Amino acid sequence: MKSTSQLTDFYYKELYPSLRELEKRRLYILSQLKWYGAMGAVLFIIVALWIGKNVGLSHPLMVSVVIGFAALASISYRYMIRGYAKDFKAKIITPLIGAIDVHLLYNPDFAISQHLFTRSQLFKRDIDRYSGNDYVKGSIDGVSLEFSDVHAQYQTKDSKGRTQWHTLFRGLFLVAEFNKNFKSRTVVLPDLAEKTFGNLIGGWLQSKNVSRDSVIQLDDPEFEKKFVVYGTDPIEARYILTHSMMKRIVEFQKKISYPLFISFVHNHIHIAIETKKDLFEPSVFTSLLEYKQAMEYVNTLNSTIGLVEELKLNEKLWSKS
Amino acid sequence: MNVISIIFGLIAVVAILMYNSLVSKKNQVDNIFGAVDAVLKKRFDLIPNLVASVSQYMEHEKSTLEKITELRAQAMKPGISDDQKIALDAKLTSALGTINIAMEAYPDLKANENVMHLQRSLTEAEEQISAARRAYNQAVTDFNNAVEMFPTNLMASYMKLQRKPVFEITATERQNVDVGALFNK
Repeated sequence: MKSTSQLTDFYYKELYPSLRELEKRRLYILSQLKWYGAMGAVLFIIVALWIGKNVGLSHPLMVSVVIGFAALASISYRYMIRGYAKDFKAKIITPLIGAIDVHLLYNPDFAISQHLFTRSQLFKRDIDRYSGNDYVKGSIDGVSLEFSDVHAQYQTKDSKGRTQWHTLFRGLFLVAEFNKNFKSRTVVLPDLAEKTFGNLIGGWLQSKNVSRDSVIQLDDPEFEKKFVVYGTDPIEARYILTHSMMKRIVEFQKKISYPLFISFVHNHIHIAIETKKDLFEPSVFTSLLEYKQAMEYVNTLNSTIGLVEELKLNEKLWSKS
Repeated sequence: MNVISIIFGLIAVVAILMYNSLVSKKNQVDNIFGAVDAVLKKRFDLIPNLVASVSQYMEHEKSTLEKITELRAQAMKPGISDDQKIALDAKLTSALGTINIAMEAYPDLKANENVMHLQRSLTEAEEQISAARRAYNQAVTDFNNAVEMFPTNLMASYMKLQRKPVFEITATERQNVDVGALFNK
């Protein structure tokens, strides 16, 4: 494992030729985007004026025109940056991951399997649409792990029979081998009920959550304030969530500002970080050479892969073969 | 008349709910104690092996090893109470801790594969015991709260339920390890 500063060095030194070339392309795309954007805006104003003159701006036609323009803009934006995004992943992210550890494999188009995502039991809804990208697999310090971006959605029908799509989870999903053997299921979720309704009512609500196993009250007040734990075995849950493990999870949660979901199933730890965005997408509107931008890529990668060390999953103190 | 019967009905329902919740809390404590017992036994089973493999190396710790064997024998006796078991477990944990620290002074022992494996198994058992203890303490706390809090305390005193003890860390475990004393040996 390399430190963040070593990786930042690598980013600026080793990757500089590719970065400069990509930066040129970025600027070209940006100028094109500006040009097409301006044309689109002019066209939109003309159409809007025409509609306003003939049928009035509040006409349903206006709504469809707005939607049509937005869709067109989004499609053409994606089309224009497609090649650039692909090259960015091949020339920047791939070597960066290689620099962190040679045992890691990276595939920008692949996602962690839906089976693993469902197995984690973190989200209790049937998934109707599952996608993802930026898949990394390998081993760190002898601990096998894999992660990727995941976007899981479900659909509902409203009273008029129209389908609506809702996001169940969007963010980073990681599965790693756990260093202890266990048979039970333990799920750690952000504590929303207690935060909203206070200790007494929130706690009562949690215990009445029928879709989950029974609530396990743990003896770390800070951890209890941030998370709620459901599990099938109160002893194994404590075997997994030792005092030090709870502290490490609390520390990790403090470091990232996103909601954190963790489950222990099948001798594996499943971690979902709800970032609500895609990782490793190339920046179009800020320079690739900007320090903040570089730090974001390096930090995301390093803290994700560093979880193995952070949670001490590499400590093989136990007789796990 | 009707009002009175409704009130009585309500009181009966509340009484039944309290009764059942107390029984389930008491059973939960017993249930988890069973699990504590199981992991304790797992550790007891490892002890004769450990004592046999380390006694030839550890001349100075003979008395501690004897104490461990004796504690194990006491704990294996049939018909000892839960409180006694808890007390014996605390003593055994501190005695094993002493052995663990003392082992550091014997390089031969650390090179012995068998002993290292035993030690890992013990660490694991220790971790499981600690988890089971914490689970037990939580169940006992829930139970004790119900026994002492109003209005369930009324039902509890009628059922003759009493507070149960929790596992406590022994005074020796609380003390920090004296590293200096180790080097002076």
